[in-house]
Amino acid sequence: MKLVYFAWVRERIGLDFEAVTPPQEVKTISALADWLCARGDNYRYALADRSAIRVARNQTFVGWDEAISEGDEVAFFPPVTGG
Amino acid sequence: MTVKIQKEDFDAPLEVGAMYDNCANPGAVVTFTGLVRSRDNDKELIALELEHYPGMGEKQLEKIVAEARKRWDLQDCLVIHRFGRLKPKEQIVLVACISAHRGDAFAAASFLVDWLKTKAPFWKKEIYADGSTWVQERREDIERAG
Repeated sequence: MKLVYFAWVRERIGLDFEAVTPPQEVKTISALADWLCARGDNYRYALADRSAIRVARNQTFVGWDEAISEGDEVAFFPPVTGG
Repeated sequence: MTVKIQKEDFDAPLEVGAMYDNCANPGAVVTFTGLVRSRDNDKELIALELEHYPGMGEKQLEKIVAEARKRWDLQDCLVIHRFGRLKPKEQIVLVACISAHRGDAFAAASFLVDWLKTKAPFWKKEIYADGSTWVQERREDIERAG
């Protein structure tokens, strides 16, 4: 699974993107974020406040309860500020 | 309908002129150009850094444009959004809508600009002499986009 990060989420985690293989029981984006947070302080610093984060699965906005599967591209980022 | 995400600047009259050929009976053109402001508070801005999500950016802009074409009678529609480091007074975004009568073009252009603010995966970082800050989403933009 490919994970991509943008703006201050990217800065706090310290990576633009990475490939991960979460365990079988990680079935939603919410569970994925929990699993990431257990990996280190940088992930907790970036993802702890979920109200400040938006998520996308395969380049489409989704909610935290969205199911994920192998081969997905999941993105974590702050609310967008384009235009 | 055209959507472009690019680092380079754009020439609005040239871009809009090229759209006329796609239109059977153009009667009204509304364009919006967004610029980098020099200041939003009392601090002078040095530059704006625009980050985007390649791939999703194009998809979202195409969705937004398709929605505008469903709601209004448009003959052509263009959105150009830049990324990278931009200085004050540089152009950030161009929206152009062409219709037979002005009502559709005005409404669609306004809708597109509002939706870009809340639906397009771009992030702005303001660079000042003494540091930088990520721009936060504005409640007013969310309400306007509905």
